[in-house]
Amino acid sequence: MNVNKIRADFPLLAGQDLIYLDNAATSQKPSCVLAAEREFYEKYNANPFRGLYDLSEQATERYEEARAVVQRFLGAREAAEIVFTRNATEGLNLVAYSLGSLLLQPGDEIVISIMEHHSNLLPWQQAAQRTGAVLKYVECTQEGRLTPADVEQALTDRTRIVSITQMSNVLGWVNDVKAIAALCHRRGIVLVADGAQSVPHMPVNVAELDVDFLSFSGHKMLAPMGIGALYGKREWLEKMPPFLTGGEMIESVTRTGATYAEVPHKFEAGTVNAAGAYALGEAIRYLEGIGFDEITRREDELTALAMEEMKKLPFVRVLGSEDPKEHHGILSFAVKDVHPHDVAAILSADRIAVRAGHHCAQPLLAHLKTPSTTRASLAFYNTEDEVRALTESLKTLRRRMGYGE
Amino acid sequence: MENKTFYNESLTEHNVHPYHKHALEGATMALEGVNPSCGDDIVLLLKMDGNRIADASFQGDGCAISQASADMMLDLIIGKDREEALRLADIFLRMIQGKASAEELEELEESSVLSDVAHMPARVKCACLGWHTVKEMLEKKKDE
Repeated sequence: MNVNKIRADFPLLAGQDLIYLDNAATSQKPSCVLAAEREFYEKYNANPFRGLYDLSEQATERYEEARAVVQRFLGAREAAEIVFTRNATEGLNLVAYSLGSLLLQPGDEIVISIMEHHSNLLPWQQAAQRTGAVLKYVECTQEGRLTPADVEQALTDRTRIVSITQMSNVLGWVNDVKAIAALCHRRGIVLVADGAQSVPHMPVNVAELDVDFLSFSGHKMLAPMGIGALYGKREWLEKMPPFLTGGEMIESVTRTGATYAEVPHKFEAGTVNAAGAYALGEAIRYLEGIGFDEITRREDELTALAMEEMKKLPFVRVLGSEDPKEHHGILSFAVKDVHPHDVAAILSADRIAVRAGHHCAQPLLAHLKTPSTTRASLAFYNTEDEVRALTESLKTLRRRMGYGE
Repeated sequence: MENKTFYNESLTEHNVHPYHKHALEGATMALEGVNPSCGDDIVLLLKMDGNRIADASFQGDGCAISQASADMMLDLIIGKDREEALRLADIFLRMIQGKASAEELEELEESSVLSDVAHMPARVKCACLGWHTVKEMLEKKKDE
């Protein structure tokens, strides 16, 4: 992989003196994706599904082609199992609301892990409050490890749903979703996976994992903001009540009732983000063009370099595993005595963009007894020089904050 | 590496070696101030002698801006009477919005080094935490 050639595909990377290491928050976008978004509006823009004229039919076709791209990308059996959403958060809210309404009775149990992003935590808190179900947590070790056996221990005969992230946005730890799905299914429990961090960085095949649901965002994988997708097994999508209601998700409506459209349209109320879906399709093609083997190899190399350099700094502590291969480009760290927001501000002065704070995972950080951290998150388009610039800045950071060393 | 950041010597010195960060014997008022975005959490302690701030201190944790700002603030307001402290708080809070005059900035003495926070919207709450807290304490007292 020629990284310089790849970087030339990203106008923002090429056009700014900036070291962008906040990829777990959102990725940068290549020209082909930006062009696709524009192309949709220039060539195909009409409201999909509604018009009985050519242009609207073309808009519908482009949108449904994009659904087929996502289907193939995730290894789903049929395109109807792909629901377009705004982002991973919306998909998780959809499942928590609709599946929760379908399955949960007072006293039933929902199991999630302590390493969940708030978007895979708050919807379940709400579902529990709404239905009288109980929300239970599986904890990870202080090194951030969590095994299928840990999940199994939390299951009881009242457990109905397990929802777990495939990759932690704080630790980079990957949960063995396939094994967790298998042990859930042996007990008739539904398994929901949050793929927001995993789908952009590793091959994810929903049929092979045998998850019941998997939600991800386009914007973390080169697509525009505001488009994402939820995979759901047809049998569940069929049974679940709608989440949002409104236009284009019905068969017919009377004064007192309605019959809903077939899946996936039942879950896509209102005018859809067809241009976003079209651009997501292009983003997937771009990623597949590079190949996930190459993406993973590249990100692992950069992670290993970053951790090796950080290890030389006694005042820097990286959260989670000591093995770079278990971080998948995500490095949350603490600098002794310096608040993460000050770390991020100093790095910003050196033109390095990182995230600081609780990363929308407050219960995890409380569990790890670290109120907040600074997070550098890498992508395949980052370079060794950028990683070294980060660790060079960290070297002098404490001194610049007025500490002796 | 040259320190071209906002964190000048004055700010880092107040953060690393705060003069007023300690318990305060005989404090007559205490109030906690919290900034959820940075997780800054301070308790401001005042020892009032009638209308005058005879002594004051703060405790707690937070980012360098919140800590240094609180320490500089106490340098400025200890020994002042309530109205004067509230007037300075008003100038400081306007400075952070970029709405204070050069003469007014001089009155803030060392605290004026924080004027650049006006260009850092994410850090405004950090710089204002101590000042908002003292304002709330002194205004409450006035109403009683």
